[in-house]
Amino acid sequence: MATHNTSSPPIAGANRPLSPHLQIYRWHLSMVISVLHRATGIALAGGLLLFTWWILALASGPEAYGSLRGFLNSPLGLLLLLGWTWSLFLHLANGIRHLVWDTGAALDLPSVKTGGVIVIAASILLTAAAWAAAFVL
Amino acid sequence: MSSRIRSYAAPLARARGLGSAKEGVEHWWLQRLTALALVVLTLWFVWVVVRLSGASHEAALIFVARPLNTVLLILTSVVSFWHAALGLQVVYEDYIGHEGARLAAIIVTKFAAVGLITATVIAVLRIAFGVV
Repeated sequence: MATHNTSSPPIAGANRPLSPHLQIYRWHLSMVISVLHRATGIALAGGLLLFTWWILALASGPEAYGSLRGFLNSPLGLLLLLGWTWSLFLHLANGIRHLVWDTGAALDLPSVKTGGVIVIAASILLTAAAWAAAFVL
Repeated sequence: MSSRIRSYAAPLARARGLGSAKEGVEHWWLQRLTALALVVLTLWFVWVVVRLSGASHEAALIFVARPLNTVLLILTSVVSFWHAALGLQVVYEDYIGHEGARLAAIIVTKFAAVGLITATVIAVLRIAFGVV
């Protein structure tokens, strides 16, 4: 039976080289979108708290709903809504791209670059469309 | 994968399809499954937000109480929180080195997700059944 050190391994704490991290690389579109996908995902998880507030306020009555609407119409509220809309569309568009990648398709470099541009463009256009629709209605 | 490579595993281990992580593709698969559902649900929900952006409390209640909207809103809540909890778990696993802290973060997130799903679903049902 092989001896196995169950306490700390001998190399722990040693000054070992680290693999390069974000700050080492030149930024490029795929990297930006990859980081944004995670960042918007985290932001959207926070957005779910706003979603919860909306539903609970709606069920609580006109006063609670009124204060939520007051907050959302404030500069901070509008900024949060704008951030939420864009985050959602970016995460959605890039999420669809990930689902396509999961099938094994569009993994070559030209497709990845084109897809990245499409994702950014779609997130901006859909955000603009949603806000335009909200203003028209 | 060829059968020659797979023959490393005992028959039971091969049937389970799990490695030393004692976990299979459930997390990965559920993240994709919920993502697929959210493609439809979030597009619908953005439309709801746009539609209700200028609506009164009364009008919003009537909208949510419509059967199809009730169903879609409950699905949006459950699937969104589920997808968020799965996604946040991956973030914790990537960045929280301390095992206890990582486990605590995952547990708190899952408890919060289940709690908020329960709260929102009950609120939507109260609106749908006219209790509000």
